[in-house]
Amino acid sequence: MAFVNLKKKEVQVKIVYYGPGRGGKTTNLEYIYKQFNHRIQTEMIAIKTHGDRTLFFDFLPFEMGQIKGYDIKIQLYTVPGQVKYNATRKLVLRGVDGVVFVADSMEVRREKNTDSLKNLQDNLIAYKKNIDTLPIVLQYNKRDLAEQGVPLLPVEVLEEDLNKELQAPSFSASAVQGTNVAETMKKIILMVMVSLQQELK
Amino acid sequence: MSYTFDYKQLDSLEQVLQEGLIDLGVHCVVLIDMSGNIIVNLDNGKMKHDVYSLAALAAGNFGAVSTMAKIIGEDEFSLLFHKGKTENIHFSKILNDFLLVTIFGKEVSLGFLRLKVAEAVEKIKSILESTTGT
Repeated sequence: MAFVNLKKKEVQVKIVYYGPGRGGKTTNLEYIYKQFNHRIQTEMIAIKTHGDRTLFFDFLPFEMGQIKGYDIKIQLYTVPGQVKYNATRKLVLRGVDGVVFVADSMEVRREKNTDSLKNLQDNLIAYKKNIDTLPIVLQYNKRDLAEQGVPLLPVEVLEEDLNKELQAPSFSASAVQGTNVAETMKKIILMVMVSLQQELK
Repeated sequence: MSYTFDYKQLDSLEQVLQEGLIDLGVHCVVLIDMSGNIIVNLDNGKMKHDVYSLAALAAGNFGAVSTMAKIIGEDEFSLLFHKGKTENIHFSKILNDFLLVTIFGKEVSLGFLRLKVAEAVEKIKSILESTTGT
């Protein structure tokens, strides 16, 4: 839940990158950290396992500039994608204002995507939030792997699997190459800000 | 959805934290919510901590510890404190949704700090309970 500080004229917003393990959530944040370092005043925080997988979350505070005289501070988080870490994943979702669902385009990960989206839905319900009304953007990641001959799910299939009911904005992306990473982030920030705009008047 | 506090509430919170903790020698206090948002942060003018990261980690850490407590059949742990060589950090839950993070050095004893934090928490509770949610 965003906090509006009337005294400091500041709004803090929480956006969580969600999705199956090894889908590219951390890679999204790493790209943003590298690309937008002039807007980021601190180090990216990453709590990882020894095997370099996300254990708890990654955290990246991002200065978005001003809207209606308010400084907008975007807090970007990732969750651990591995199924066994649901307790920590749920903790990170607390107070979320918007979600980027990073789906893995690889054919072999089809079921992992749908499982993870269902898990997101369940975890949001625990916080009395509805996936249909929360700002959400879908990102179909790893599209670059097609060049290497890796079998990928067609975007139409991903849309059918994940976005048929949600009807959310979606992007084909490559977090490794940076394709549509910024666009995904801008879209979710815009959606969250629109939902908050009425309250800032 | 968002929530806010008015100027009067924020001024009152700052006053409680300044007079009740910073003026007694505490190095830094950060009042956060459990989402990791910073409500108020004050320090003695010598600290250069990355409070946004600290808030995110404190909220996550507190959430993890609370879940551990529940697993072993406790409602929550009453003392959450990390001791360092020169700096120490103390966490105190306020109502259901807020957390007071206090950073202090060797010159302040843990017992004295806990007493002063408890006094401040009572005052903060009454201010926070008049939250303006939207």
